[in-house]
Amino acid sequence: MSERGRLAVYLPAALALAALLVLAFLRMPGFGGTVHLYRDLAVPAAVRHVTANVVSAVNFDQRALDTLGEESILLGSVVGAAALLRPAQRESERRPRRTGRTLESTGLLGYLLLPVTLIVGFDVVAHGHLTPGGGFQGGVVLATGIHLLYLAGSYRALERLRPVEVFDAGEALGAGMFTVLGLIGVLAGTAFLQNFLPMGSFGSLFSAGTVPVLNALVGVEVACGAVVLLTHFFTEDLTVSVAGREDGGDRDRGDRDGNDRDGNDQGGEEE
Amino acid sequence: MTVIIAVALTLVAAIGAVVVGTHSPERQAVVLSMFGMALTVLFVTVQAPDVALSQLGVGAALVPLMVMLAIRRIRRDQRGEARRPGKDEE
Repeated sequence: MSERGRLAVYLPAALALAALLVLAFLRMPGFGGTVHLYRDLAVPAAVRHVTANVVSAVNFDQRALDTLGEESILLGSVVGAAALLRPAQRESERRPRRTGRTLESTGLLGYLLLPVTLIVGFDVVAHGHLTPGGGFQGGVVLATGIHLLYLAGSYRALERLRPVEVFDAGEALGAGMFTVLGLIGVLAGTAFLQNFLPMGSFGSLFSAGTVPVLNALVGVEVACGAVVLLTHFFTEDLTVSVAGREDGGDRDRGDRDGNDRDGNDQGGEEE
Repeated sequence: MTVIIAVALTLVAAIGAVVVGTHSPERQAVVLSMFGMALTVLFVTVQAPDVALSQLGVGAALVPLMVMLAIRRIRRDQRGEARRPGKDEE
């Protein structure tokens, strides 16, 4: 299509969208107002299903199908990134040989925060139906928390804590079980992803029916997905090199030390 | 409360402008992380702690880390192109 043709298609569409947006903004309720139509519907629905955190009730109960869509998007993007970042044929693996120096304060802080962060992550996932948080947030906390080991220790240490196959399987399992749980609801005689488990009592750990279960599944999927995604980036960055300029050595170290914040993972000296 | 929201909004706008104005992608990743923190503060002030948590994890940690790793990989290739050290250098 010619430039004028594109402009002829674009301009009316842009003008129409702008007009609609202006109309919509003019009729928007004022900032910080007290009228919230969606709240008036969502809060009673959450209370009916004994879910203390209304946001979780919206995400995993009232609009669980949307969350399934989001989860599939995450799964799809991880698979896409993995496909794009797979080692090409001319590339071969280069293991980072020896760990260089890490600042002692960084190491200490990292090792202190690693267990704390992991516990916080599990807590955020487990109490997602009661307090702010949930599977997505907790999963991201868990995934980034694991990488404190890389900051504080070395890439080797991270690799030992992170068997990629397990996380690969975890991601698929989390995404798959979400759908399975929805289908179990269908078999139990309700609709797809409807909240069919016993609701329990308000504010207790075992309440809100399927919400904590779906939360945990999303937590597994997001944590594993993020770890797998970062693993592919790390592998691409640290251990894959173009054939012909691999096998480390002083030359290679000079080549790689341009970026000094990575001294702890790849001060690759020839042994 | 309105004052705090106004301050948080201004902070978001200011750091957002800094992100756009930063030219080097490496620095941009770091500023982007700060922008994520500013957004987190904004979400907390407008009483959306769930969104703030997601923003903190994704916007302030995960995305800048991925950007950093991607940039380093590209830079390594660029340095390789520039010097092209061959096997004969051994």
